[in-house]
Amino acid sequence: MENKKTAWERIQLVHAKGRPTINDYLPLIFTDFYEMHGDRLFGDDKAIIGGIARLDNMPVTIIAQVKGRDINENKSCNFAMPHPEGYRKALRLARQAEKFHRPVICFIDTPGASCGVPDEERGQGEAIAKNIAEFMTIRTPIISIILGEAGSGGALALGVCDELAMLENAQYSVLSPRGFASILWKDASREQEASEVMMITAEDMVRLGIAETIIEEPLGGAHNDLDKISENIKEYLSLKIPEKCKKDIDVLLKERYTKFRKIGEFTE
Amino acid sequence: MFEDFFNVVKKRFNSDSEEEEHKTVKCPRCQTNVLLERYEELHRVCPNCNYHGRLSCKERLSITVDKGSFQEFDVDMISGNPINFPEYCEKQAEIREKTGLKDSVITGKATIKGSPVVIGIMDSRYMMASMGSVAGEKIARAFEYATENSLPVVMFTASGGARMQEGIVSLMQMAKTSGAVKLHSDKGGLYITVMTDPTTGGVTASFASLGDIIIAEPKVLIGFAGRRVIESTIKQKLPDDFQLAEFQHEKGFIDMIVERKKMRSTLSHLLKLHGYYPPEKEV
Repeated sequence: MENKKTAWERIQLVHAKGRPTINDYLPLIFTDFYEMHGDRLFGDDKAIIGGIARLDNMPVTIIAQVKGRDINENKSCNFAMPHPEGYRKALRLARQAEKFHRPVICFIDTPGASCGVPDEERGQGEAIAKNIAEFMTIRTPIISIILGEAGSGGALALGVCDELAMLENAQYSVLSPRGFASILWKDASREQEASEVMMITAEDMVRLGIAETIIEEPLGGAHNDLDKISENIKEYLSLKIPEKCKKDIDVLLKERYTKFRKIGEFTE
Repeated sequence: MFEDFFNVVKKRFNSDSEEEEHKTVKCPRCQTNVLLERYEELHRVCPNCNYHGRLSCKERLSITVDKGSFQEFDVDMISGNPINFPEYCEKQAEIREKTGLKDSVITGKATIKGSPVVIGIMDSRYMMASMGSVAGEKIARAFEYATENSLPVVMFTASGGARMQEGIVSLMQMAKTSGAVKLHSDKGGLYITVMTDPTTGGVTASFASLGDIIIAEPKVLIGFAGRRVIESTIKQKLPDDFQLAEFQHEKGFIDMIVERKKMRSTLSHLLKLHGYYPPEKEV
Protein backbone atom coordinates (compact mmCIF):
# COMPACT_ATOMS: atom_id res chain seq x y z
CA MET A 1 0.00 0.00 0.00
CA GLU A 2 1.12 3.50 -0.77
CA ASN A 3 1.23 6.27 1.78
CA LYS A 4 -2.12 7.93 2.00
CA LYS A 5 -2.52 10.73 -0.49
CA THR A 6 -4.10 14.08 0.24
CA ALA A 7 -7.25 15.13 -1.57
CA TRP A 8 -5.19 17.61 -3.54
CA GLU A 9 -2.74 14.93 -4.68
CA ARG A 10 -5.67 12.80 -5.81
CA ILE A 11 -7.09 15.72 -7.78
CA GLN A 12 -3.77 16.02 -9.64
CA LEU A 13 -3.87 12.29 -10.40
CA VAL A 14 -7.40 12.40 -11.74
CA HIS A 15 -6.48 15.28 -14.03
CA ALA A 16 -3.18 13.73 -15.12
CA LYS A 17 -2.74 13.25 -18.84
CA GLY A 18 -3.38 9.65 -19.73
CA ARG A 19 -5.97 9.01 -17.03
CA PRO A 20 -8.16 6.32 -18.63
CA THR A 21 -11.64 7.30 -19.79
CA ILE A 22 -14.73 5.22 -20.44
CA ASN A 23 -13.57 4.72 -24.02
CA ASP A 24 -10.47 2.97 -22.68
CA TYR A 25 -12.40 0.81 -20.23
CA LEU A 26 -15.32 -0.24 -22.41
CA PRO A 27 -13.56 -2.85 -24.59
CA LEU A 28 -11.66 -4.27 -21.62
CA ILE A 29 -14.70 -4.75 -19.37
CA PHE A 30 -17.56 -5.48 -21.78
CA THR A 31 -18.18 -7.31 -25.05
CA ASP A 32 -20.71 -6.75 -27.84
CA PHE A 33 -21.18 -3.03 -27.11
CA TYR A 34 -23.85 -1.42 -29.26
CA GLU A 35 -24.10 2.32 -28.83
CA MET A 36 -27.55 3.93 -28.81
CA HIS A 37 -27.94 7.56 -29.77
CA GLY A 38 -30.20 10.46 -28.96
CA ASP A 39 -32.90 11.48 -26.53
CA ARG A 40 -35.72 11.30 -29.14
CA LEU A 41 -36.55 14.90 -28.28
CA PHE A 42 -33.76 17.17 -29.42
CA GLY A 43 -30.46 15.56 -30.27
CA ASP A 44 -27.55 13.34 -29.34
CA ASP A 45 -25.17 14.55 -26.67
CA LYS A 46 -21.62 13.32 -27.03
CA ALA A 47 -20.81 13.98 -23.37
CA ILE A 48 -22.85 10.92 -22.44
CA ILE A 49 -22.64 7.65 -24.31
CA GLY A 50 -25.01 4.83 -23.74
CA GLY A 51 -25.86 1.44 -25.09
CA ILE A 52 -26.14 -2.27 -24.55
CA ALA A 53 -23.32 -4.72 -23.98
CA ARG A 54 -22.47 -7.92 -22.21
CA LEU A 55 -20.81 -8.17 -18.83
CA ASP A 56 -19.49 -11.71 -18.71
CA ASN A 57 -22.44 -13.18 -20.52
CA MET A 58 -25.16 -10.98 -19.18
CA PRO A 59 -26.79 -8.14 -21.16
CA VAL A 60 -26.44 -4.80 -19.37
CA THR A 61 -27.18 -1.17 -20.18
CA ILE A 62 -24.24 1.19 -19.96
CA ILE A 63 -24.56 4.95 -19.47
CA ALA A 64 -21.32 6.88 -19.21
CA GLN A 65 -19.94 10.40 -19.15
CA VAL A 66 -17.17 10.81 -21.67
CA LYS A 67 -13.93 12.65 -21.09
CA GLY A 68 -11.80 13.37 -24.09
CA ARG A 69 -8.25 12.11 -24.32
CA ASP A 70 -7.09 15.10 -26.34
CA ILE A 71 -8.37 18.52 -27.27
CA ASN A 72 -10.34 17.30 -30.27
CA GLU A 73 -12.11 14.60 -28.32
CA ASN A 74 -12.76 17.11 -25.56
CA LYS A 75 -14.30 19.58 -27.97
CA SER A 76 -16.58 16.90 -29.27
CA CYS A 77 -17.71 15.74 -25.81
CA ASN A 78 -17.80 19.26 -24.30
CA PHE A 79 -15.18 18.28 -21.69
CA ALA A 80 -17.61 15.74 -20.24
CA MET A 81 -20.14 18.42 -19.34
CA PRO A 82 -23.48 17.02 -20.53
CA HIS A 83 -26.29 19.05 -22.06
CA PRO A 84 -29.90 18.40 -21.06
CA GLU A 85 -30.34 16.02 -24.01
CA GLY A 86 -27.52 13.89 -22.59
CA TYR A 87 -29.41 13.43 -19.34
CA ARG A 88 -32.62 12.76 -21.24
CA LYS A 89 -30.86 10.12 -23.34
CA ALA A 90 -29.62 8.54 -20.10
CA LEU A 91 -33.17 8.37 -18.77
CA ARG A 92 -34.47 6.92 -22.01
CA LEU A 93 -31.87 4.15 -21.89
CA ALA A 94 -32.49 3.46 -18.21
CA ARG A 95 -36.21 3.05 -18.96
CA GLN A 96 -35.32 0.74 -21.85
CA ALA A 97 -33.19 -1.31 -19.46
CA GLU A 98 -36.10 -1.50 -17.04
CA LYS A 99 -38.39 -2.75 -19.79
CA PHE A 100 -36.02 -5.50 -20.86
CA HIS A 101 -34.89 -6.39 -17.32
CA ARG A 102 -31.28 -5.42 -17.82
CA PRO A 103 -29.25 -3.95 -14.97
CA VAL A 104 -27.89 -0.42 -15.50
CA ILE A 105 -24.26 0.55 -15.00
CA CYS A 106 -23.50 4.28 -14.88
CA PHE A 107 -19.97 5.61 -15.17
CA ILE A 108 -19.61 9.10 -13.73
CA ASP A 109 -16.77 11.33 -14.88
CA THR A 110 -17.73 15.00 -15.10
CA PRO A 111 -16.75 18.37 -13.71
CA GLY A 112 -20.46 19.23 -13.80
CA ALA A 113 -23.40 19.78 -16.12
CA SER A 114 -22.90 22.17 -19.01
CA CYS A 115 -23.62 25.80 -18.05
CA GLY A 116 -24.49 27.73 -21.17
CA VAL A 117 -27.37 29.65 -22.66
CA PRO A 118 -28.66 26.66 -24.71
CA ASP A 119 -28.54 24.50 -21.58
CA GLU A 120 -30.74 26.95 -19.72
CA GLU A 121 -33.07 27.26 -22.70
CA ARG A 122 -33.51 23.50 -22.86
CA GLY A 123 -34.01 23.08 -19.13
CA GLN A 124 -30.82 21.76 -17.58
CA GLY A 125 -32.40 21.99 -14.12
CA GLU A 126 -35.48 20.07 -15.18
CA ALA A 127 -33.44 17.39 -16.96
CA ILE A 128 -31.29 16.73 -13.89
CA ALA A 129 -34.26 16.84 -11.49
CA LYS A 130 -36.17 14.35 -13.57
CA ASN A 131 -33.27 11.88 -13.72
CA ILE A 132 -32.76 12.05 -9.98
CA ALA A 133 -36.45 11.43 -9.30
CA GLU A 134 -36.96 8.76 -11.96
CA PHE A 135 -33.79 6.77 -11.25
CA MET A 136 -35.05 6.44 -7.66
CA THR A 137 -37.83 4.12 -8.83
CA ILE A 138 -36.44 2.47 -11.99
CA ARG A 139 -37.29 -1.18 -11.45
CA THR A 140 -33.95 -2.72 -12.30
CA PRO A 141 -30.63 -2.74 -10.42
CA ILE A 142 -28.44 0.35 -10.90
CA ILE A 143 -24.73 0.50 -10.05
CA SER A 144 -22.79 3.75 -10.47
CA ILE A 145 -19.01 4.04 -10.56
CA ILE A 146 -17.10 7.32 -10.31
CA LEU A 147 -14.05 7.04 -12.57
CA GLY A 148 -12.46 10.42 -11.95
CA GLU A 149 -14.32 13.51 -10.88
CA ALA A 150 -18.00 13.79 -10.03
CA GLY A 151 -19.13 17.38 -9.83
CA SER A 152 -22.46 18.56 -8.51
CA GLY A 153 -25.95 17.85 -9.88
CA GLY A 154 -24.41 16.94 -13.22
CA ALA A 155 -22.91 13.87 -11.54
CA LEU A 156 -25.86 13.09 -9.29
CA ALA A 157 -28.07 12.83 -12.38
CA LEU A 158 -26.29 9.48 -13.01
CA GLY A 159 -25.68 8.82 -9.32
CA VAL A 160 -29.01 7.69 -7.93
CA CYS A 161 -28.23 3.99 -7.63
CA ASP A 162 -28.31 0.89 -5.47
CA GLU A 163 -24.62 1.05 -4.86
CA LEU A 164 -21.96 3.67 -5.60
CA ALA A 165 -18.36 2.63 -6.13
CA MET A 166 -15.43 4.99 -6.59
CA LEU A 167 -12.00 4.44 -8.02
CA GLU A 168 -9.46 4.97 -5.26
CA ASN A 169 -8.44 8.47 -6.37
CA ALA A 170 -11.83 9.65 -7.59
CA GLN A 171 -13.65 12.62 -6.04
CA TYR A 172 -17.26 13.57 -5.48
CA SER A 173 -18.11 17.16 -4.63
CA VAL A 174 -20.89 19.72 -4.58
CA LEU A 175 -18.72 22.02 -6.71
CA SER A 176 -15.05 22.34 -7.60
CA PRO A 177 -12.66 23.27 -4.79
CA ARG A 178 -11.88 26.38 -6.78
CA GLY A 179 -15.53 27.41 -6.88
CA PHE A 180 -15.91 26.53 -3.22
CA ALA A 181 -12.95 28.74 -2.23
CA SER A 182 -14.21 31.53 -4.43
CA ILE A 183 -17.72 31.50 -2.96
CA LEU A 184 -17.00 30.86 0.71
CA TRP A 185 -13.67 32.62 1.08
CA LYS A 186 -13.85 35.02 -1.86
CA ASP A 187 -10.46 33.72 -2.90
CA ALA A 188 -10.21 31.12 -5.66
CA SER A 189 -6.48 30.71 -5.08
CA ARG A 190 -7.25 28.84 -1.84
CA GLU A 191 -8.50 25.85 -3.84
CA GLN A 192 -5.96 23.43 -2.38
CA GLU A 193 -7.05 24.31 1.14
CA ALA A 194 -10.67 23.96 0.05
CA SER A 195 -10.02 20.49 -1.37
CA GLU A 196 -8.84 19.34 2.06
CA VAL A 197 -11.80 20.70 4.06
CA MET A 198 -14.57 19.77 1.60
CA MET A 199 -14.44 15.98 2.15
CA ILE A 200 -14.31 14.82 -1.44
CA THR A 201 -12.30 11.60 -1.42
CA ALA A 202 -13.58 8.05 -1.81
CA GLU A 203 -12.80 7.38 1.84
CA ASP A 204 -14.84 10.42 2.86
CA MET A 205 -17.78 9.18 0.79
CA VAL A 206 -17.71 5.75 2.42
CA ARG A 207 -17.59 7.36 5.86
CA LEU A 208 -20.54 9.62 4.99
CA GLY A 209 -22.59 6.70 3.66
CA ILE A 210 -22.60 8.08 0.12
CA ALA A 211 -20.36 5.43 -1.48
CA GLU A 212 -20.16 1.74 -0.59
CA THR A 213 -17.03 0.50 -2.30
CA ILE A 214 -13.56 1.76 -3.20
CA ILE A 215 -11.97 0.13 -6.24
CA GLU A 216 -8.23 -0.04 -5.83
CA GLU A 217 -6.07 1.66 -8.44
CA PRO A 218 -2.65 0.39 -9.56
CA LEU A 219 0.40 1.92 -7.87
CA GLY A 220 0.70 5.56 -8.91
CA GLY A 221 -2.82 5.75 -10.35
CA ALA A 222 -5.16 4.20 -12.92
CA HIS A 223 -3.09 5.39 -15.91
CA ASN A 224 -0.14 3.25 -14.85
CA ASP A 225 -1.83 -0.04 -15.64
CA LEU A 226 -5.00 0.09 -17.72
CA ASP A 227 -5.37 -3.70 -17.79
CA LYS A 228 -5.16 -3.97 -14.03
CA ILE A 229 -7.65 -1.19 -13.28
CA SER A 230 -10.08 -2.55 -15.89
CA GLU A 231 -9.78 -5.97 -14.29
CA ASN A 232 -10.52 -4.47 -10.86
CA ILE A 233 -13.62 -2.69 -12.16
CA LYS A 234 -14.80 -5.82 -13.94
CA GLU A 235 -14.24 -7.97 -10.89
CA TYR A 236 -16.33 -5.57 -8.83
CA LEU A 237 -19.18 -5.52 -11.37
CA SER A 238 -19.13 -9.28 -11.88
CA LEU A 239 -19.62 -9.70 -8.15
CA LYS A 240 -22.15 -6.90 -7.55
CA ILE A 241 -24.46 -7.12 -10.54
CA PRO A 242 -25.56 -10.74 -9.96
CA GLU A 243 -25.89 -9.97 -6.25
CA LYS A 244 -28.26 -7.05 -6.93
CA CYS A 245 -30.16 -8.99 -9.59
CA LYS A 246 -30.93 -11.73 -7.10
CA LYS A 247 -32.66 -9.30 -4.75
CA ASP A 248 -36.40 -8.80 -4.75
CA ILE A 249 -36.94 -5.60 -6.74
CA ASP A 250 -39.24 -4.02 -4.14
CA VAL A 251 -36.68 -4.59 -1.43
CA LEU A 252 -33.99 -3.15 -3.70
CA LEU A 253 -36.05 0.01 -4.36
CA LYS A 254 -36.77 0.46 -0.69
CA GLU A 255 -33.07 0.21 0.11
CA ARG A 256 -32.23 2.61 -2.72
CA TYR A 257 -34.58 5.23 -1.26
CA THR A 258 -33.34 4.64 2.28
CA LYS A 259 -29.70 5.01 1.23
CA PHE A 260 -30.32 8.64 0.26
CA ARG A 261 -33.08 9.26 2.78
CA LYS A 262 -30.76 8.91 5.75
CA ILE A 263 -27.99 11.26 4.58
CA GLY A 264 -27.91 14.50 6.53
CA GLU A 265 -26.99 15.80 9.95
CA PHE A 266 -29.45 17.63 12.18
CA THR A 267 -30.86 17.73 15.69
CA GLU A 268 -34.37 18.38 16.91
CA MET B 1 -23.61 28.25 -4.87
CA PHE B 2 -24.85 31.62 -5.90
CA GLU B 3 -25.00 33.21 -2.49
CA ASP B 4 -22.63 36.05 -3.22
CA PHE B 5 -24.29 36.74 -6.52
CA PHE B 6 -27.63 37.34 -4.90
CA ASN B 7 -26.21 39.36 -2.06
CA VAL B 8 -25.87 42.26 -4.45
CA VAL B 9 -29.55 42.14 -5.30
CA LYS B 10 -30.53 41.43 -1.73
CA LYS B 11 -28.73 44.48 -0.46
CA ARG B 12 -30.35 46.71 -3.01
CA PHE B 13 -33.88 45.57 -2.57
CA ASN B 14 -34.72 42.99 -0.06
CA SER B 15 -33.14 44.05 3.17
CA ASP B 16 -34.68 47.39 3.74
CA SER B 17 -32.62 48.50 6.74
CA GLU B 18 -30.85 51.30 4.88
CA GLU B 19 -33.69 52.15 2.59
CA GLU B 20 -36.14 52.55 5.40
CA GLU B 21 -34.51 55.83 6.33
CA HIS B 22 -35.02 57.13 2.81
CA LYS B 23 -38.45 55.54 2.59
CA THR B 24 -37.84 54.32 -0.93
CA VAL B 25 -36.62 51.06 -2.40
CA LYS B 26 -34.97 50.49 -5.74
CA CYS B 27 -36.45 47.74 -7.88
CA PRO B 28 -33.69 45.36 -8.99
CA ARG B 29 -35.44 44.71 -12.29
CA CYS B 30 -36.39 48.19 -13.55
CA GLN B 31 -34.23 50.28 -11.18
CA THR B 32 -37.18 52.54 -10.33
CA ASN B 33 -37.27 54.08 -6.88
CA VAL B 34 -40.50 53.10 -5.18
CA LEU B 35 -41.92 54.50 -1.97
CA LEU B 36 -41.47 51.88 0.71
CA GLU B 37 -44.97 52.39 2.03
CA ARG B 38 -46.49 51.78 -1.39
CA TYR B 39 -44.24 48.79 -1.94
CA GLU B 40 -45.32 47.19 1.33
CA GLU B 41 -48.94 47.93 0.54
CA LEU B 42 -48.53 45.95 -2.69
CA HIS B 43 -46.98 43.04 -0.74
CA ARG B 44 -43.59 43.85 -2.21
CA VAL B 45 -44.53 44.05 -5.85
CA CYS B 46 -42.92 46.79 -7.97
CA PRO B 47 -45.74 49.09 -9.22
CA ASN B 48 -43.67 50.01 -12.24
CA CYS B 49 -42.52 46.68 -13.74
CA ASN B 50 -44.47 44.13 -11.69
CA TYR B 51 -41.36 42.39 -10.32
CA HIS B 52 -42.48 40.26 -7.40
CA GLY B 53 -39.99 40.85 -4.59
CA ARG B 54 -38.98 38.48 -1.83
CA LEU B 55 -41.24 37.79 1.12
CA SER B 56 -40.39 36.29 4.47
CA CYS B 57 -41.98 32.91 5.02
CA LYS B 58 -44.26 34.49 7.62
CA GLU B 59 -45.55 37.09 5.17
CA ARG B 60 -46.02 34.41 2.53
CA LEU B 61 -47.92 32.21 4.90
CA SER B 62 -50.24 35.03 5.95
CA ILE B 63 -51.28 35.84 2.37
CA THR B 64 -51.61 32.20 1.33
CA VAL B 65 -53.28 29.97 3.92
CA ASP B 66 -56.45 30.31 5.99
CA LYS B 67 -55.90 32.30 9.15
CA GLY B 68 -54.95 30.12 12.09
CA SER B 69 -54.85 26.93 10.00
CA PHE B 70 -51.07 26.44 9.85
CA GLN B 71 -49.54 23.72 12.01
CA GLU B 72 -45.80 23.69 11.60
CA PHE B 73 -43.81 20.44 11.32
CA ASP B 74 -40.35 19.91 12.81
CA VAL B 75 -40.31 23.28 14.55
CA ASP B 76 -37.05 22.74 16.42
CA MET B 77 -34.95 21.04 13.78
CA ILE B 78 -31.52 22.63 13.40
CA SER B 79 -28.52 21.72 11.33
CA GLY B 80 -25.45 19.78 12.39
CA ASN B 81 -22.06 20.30 10.78
CA PRO B 82 -21.59 17.24 8.54
CA ILE B 83 -18.20 18.17 7.10
CA ASN B 84 -17.04 20.09 10.19
CA PHE B 85 -16.82 23.28 8.21
CA PRO B 86 -15.07 25.98 10.28
CA GLU B 87 -17.47 28.42 11.97
CA TYR B 88 -20.57 26.95 10.31
CA CYS B 89 -22.37 26.41 13.63
CA GLU B 90 -21.47 29.88 14.87
CA LYS B 91 -22.58 31.50 11.65
CA GLN B 92 -25.91 29.72 11.80
CA ALA B 93 -26.49 30.67 15.43
CA GLU B 94 -25.98 34.28 14.40
CA ILE B 95 -28.42 34.04 11.49
CA ARG B 96 -30.99 32.27 13.63
CA GLU B 97 -30.75 35.09 16.12
CA LYS B 98 -31.06 37.75 13.42
CA THR B 99 -33.92 36.20 11.42
CA GLY B 100 -35.81 34.26 14.06
CA LEU B 101 -35.73 31.30 11.66
CA LYS B 102 -34.25 27.86 12.36
CA ASP B 103 -33.23 27.20 8.77
CA SER B 104 -34.17 28.07 5.20
CA VAL B 105 -37.57 26.37 4.98
CA ILE B 106 -40.71 25.99 7.06
CA THR B 107 -43.12 23.11 6.44
CA GLY B 108 -46.47 22.17 7.87
CA LYS B 109 -50.09 21.51 7.15
CA ALA B 110 -52.73 24.14 6.57
CA THR B 111 -55.86 24.87 4.59
CA ILE B 112 -56.27 27.15 1.56
CA LYS B 113 -59.89 28.33 1.32
CA GLY B 114 -60.75 25.20 3.23
CA SER B 115 -58.77 22.73 1.11
CA PRO B 116 -56.21 20.81 3.15
CA VAL B 117 -52.57 21.02 2.01
CA VAL B 118 -49.07 20.26 3.11
CA ILE B 119 -47.12 23.45 2.50
CA GLY B 120 -43.45 24.37 2.40
CA ILE B 121 -42.05 27.88 2.14
CA MET B 122 -38.41 28.80 1.63
CA ASP B 123 -37.05 32.02 3.05
CA SER B 124 -34.18 33.72 1.25
CA ARG B 125 -33.14 35.63 4.36
CA TYR B 126 -31.64 32.43 5.77
CA MET B 127 -28.33 31.88 3.95
CA MET B 128 -29.98 32.61 0.61
CA ALA B 129 -32.40 29.74 1.31
CA SER B 130 -29.66 27.27 0.45
CA MET B 131 -30.53 23.61 0.89
CA GLY B 132 -28.66 21.62 3.51
CA SER B 133 -29.53 18.75 5.84
CA VAL B 134 -32.44 20.54 7.51
CA ALA B 135 -34.16 21.72 4.34
CA GLY B 136 -33.66 18.26 2.80
CA GLU B 137 -35.05 16.43 5.82
CA LYS B 138 -38.01 18.77 6.35
CA ILE B 139 -39.04 18.66 2.70
CA ALA B 140 -38.67 14.87 2.51
CA ARG B 141 -40.75 14.47 5.69
CA ALA B 142 -43.41 16.87 4.40
CA PHE B 143 -43.82 14.82 1.23
CA GLU B 144 -43.84 11.56 3.21
CA TYR B 145 -46.55 12.97 5.50
CA ALA B 146 -48.57 14.04 2.46
CA THR B 147 -48.15 10.58 0.90
CA GLU B 148 -49.30 8.82 4.06
CA ASN B 149 -52.29 11.13 4.48
CA SER B 150 -53.24 11.48 0.79
CA LEU B 151 -52.69 15.23 0.85
CA PRO B 152 -51.52 17.59 -1.90
CA VAL B 153 -48.28 19.56 -1.49
CA VAL B 154 -47.67 23.21 -2.33
CA MET B 155 -44.03 24.31 -2.24
CA PHE B 156 -42.98 27.95 -2.50
CA THR B 157 -39.41 27.63 -3.72
CA ALA B 158 -36.58 30.13 -3.44
CA SER B 159 -32.94 29.23 -3.20
CA GLY B 160 -29.41 30.09 -4.15
CA GLY B 161 -28.79 26.34 -4.44
CA ALA B 162 -26.96 23.80 -2.33
CA ARG B 163 -25.61 24.74 1.12
CA MET B 164 -21.89 24.85 0.34
CA GLN B 165 -20.91 24.61 4.00
CA GLU B 166 -22.35 21.09 4.12
CA GLY B 167 -20.29 19.96 1.12
CA ILE B 168 -21.37 16.74 -0.57
CA VAL B 169 -24.07 16.16 2.05
CA SER B 170 -25.96 19.17 0.67
CA LEU B 171 -25.85 17.64 -2.82
CA MET B 172 -27.43 14.46 -1.49
CA GLN B 173 -30.45 16.46 -0.30
CA MET B 174 -31.40 16.79 -3.96
CA ALA B 175 -31.79 13.01 -4.15
CA LYS B 176 -33.55 12.82 -0.82
CA THR B 177 -36.17 15.46 -1.67
CA SER B 178 -36.67 14.30 -5.28
CA GLY B 179 -37.10 10.72 -4.13
CA ALA B 180 -39.80 11.74 -1.66
CA VAL B 181 -41.55 13.76 -4.39
CA LYS B 182 -41.47 10.73 -6.69
CA LEU B 183 -43.04 8.42 -4.11
CA HIS B 184 -45.76 11.02 -3.45
CA SER B 185 -46.40 11.31 -7.17
CA ASP B 186 -46.50 7.52 -7.68
CA LYS B 187 -49.30 7.38 -5.11
CA GLY B 188 -51.30 9.91 -7.14
CA GLY B 189 -50.57 12.93 -4.97
CA LEU B 190 -50.82 16.43 -6.43
CA TYR B 191 -47.74 18.63 -6.14
CA ILE B 192 -47.82 22.30 -7.07
CA THR B 193 -44.58 24.26 -7.20
CA VAL B 194 -44.66 28.04 -6.90
CA MET B 195 -41.29 29.41 -7.96
CA THR B 196 -40.41 32.69 -6.26
CA ASP B 197 -37.35 34.91 -6.41
CA PRO B 198 -34.80 33.37 -6.88
CA THR B 199 -35.16 29.65 -7.65
CA THR B 200 -31.77 28.40 -8.80
CA GLY B 201 -29.06 25.75 -8.60
CA GLY B 202 -29.67 22.50 -6.78
CA VAL B 203 -33.24 23.38 -5.88
CA THR B 204 -34.14 24.00 -9.54
CA ALA B 205 -32.34 20.75 -10.36
CA SER B 206 -34.42 18.80 -7.84
CA PHE B 207 -37.83 19.15 -6.20
CA ALA B 208 -38.68 22.62 -7.60
CA SER B 209 -38.79 21.31 -11.18
CA LEU B 210 -40.84 18.24 -10.31
CA GLY B 211 -44.26 19.79 -9.71
CA ASP B 212 -47.27 18.41 -11.56
CA ILE B 213 -48.08 22.07 -12.01
CA ILE B 214 -45.35 24.69 -11.95
CA ILE B 215 -46.35 28.29 -11.25
CA ALA B 216 -44.00 31.26 -11.11
CA GLU B 217 -44.40 34.81 -9.87
CA PRO B 218 -43.77 37.55 -12.45
CA LYS B 219 -40.20 38.63 -13.18
CA VAL B 220 -38.58 36.28 -10.67
CA LEU B 221 -35.23 34.67 -11.43
CA ILE B 222 -35.35 30.97 -12.29
CA GLY B 223 -32.43 28.96 -13.58
CA PHE B 224 -29.89 26.24 -13.01
CA ALA B 225 -26.53 27.96 -13.48
CA GLY B 226 -25.84 31.43 -12.13
CA ARG B 227 -25.83 34.28 -14.56
CA ARG B 228 -22.25 35.20 -13.71
CA VAL B 229 -21.06 31.63 -14.24
CA ILE B 230 -22.62 31.59 -17.70
CA GLU B 231 -21.32 35.05 -18.60
CA SER B 232 -17.79 34.13 -17.60
CA THR B 233 -18.02 30.89 -19.59
CA ILE B 234 -19.29 32.44 -22.81
CA LYS B 235 -17.56 35.79 -22.24
CA GLN B 236 -20.67 37.74 -23.19
CA LYS B 237 -23.18 39.78 -21.31
CA LEU B 238 -26.59 38.17 -21.12
CA PRO B 239 -29.82 40.03 -21.87
CA ASP B 240 -31.74 41.43 -18.89
CA ASP B 241 -34.66 39.07 -19.31
CA PHE B 242 -32.48 35.95 -19.33
CA GLN B 243 -33.71 33.35 -16.79
CA LEU B 244 -36.71 35.39 -15.70
CA ALA B 245 -40.04 33.63 -15.16
CA GLU B 246 -41.24 34.90 -18.55
CA PHE B 247 -38.19 33.35 -20.26
CA GLN B 248 -38.84 29.99 -18.59
CA HIS B 249 -42.52 30.23 -19.50
CA GLU B 250 -41.66 30.82 -23.14
CA LYS B 251 -39.21 27.89 -23.12
CA GLY B 252 -41.89 25.59 -21.76
CA PHE B 253 -40.73 25.01 -18.20
CA ILE B 254 -43.46 26.94 -16.37
CA ASP B 255 -47.17 26.28 -16.68
CA MET B 256 -48.35 29.72 -15.65
CA ILE B 257 -47.21 33.02 -14.29
CA VAL B 258 -49.50 34.15 -11.52
CA GLU B 259 -49.55 37.48 -9.70
CA ARG B 260 -49.28 37.49 -5.96
CA LYS B 261 -52.74 38.94 -5.46
CA LYS B 262 -54.26 36.04 -7.39
CA MET B 263 -52.05 33.27 -5.97
CA ARG B 264 -54.33 32.17 -3.13
CA SER B 265 -57.43 31.88 -5.31
CA THR B 266 -55.46 30.17 -8.11
CA LEU B 267 -54.11 27.57 -5.69
CA SER B 268 -57.57 27.07 -4.23
CA HIS B 269 -59.09 26.46 -7.68
CA LEU B 270 -56.33 24.06 -8.70
CA LEU B 271 -56.68 22.10 -5.46
CA LYS B 272 -60.43 21.79 -5.96
CA LEU B 273 -59.98 20.78 -9.60
CA HIS B 274 -58.02 17.83 -8.27
CA GLY B 275 -60.73 16.92 -5.78
CA TYR B 276 -59.22 18.48 -2.66
CA TYR B 277 -62.33 20.15 -1.23
CA PRO B 278 -62.86 21.42 2.28
CA PRO B 279 -63.76 18.36 4.42
CA GLU B 280 -67.47 19.24 4.88
CA LYS B 281 -67.96 19.57 1.11
CA GLU B 282 -66.20 16.33 0.28
CA VAL B 283 -67.78 14.42 -2.59
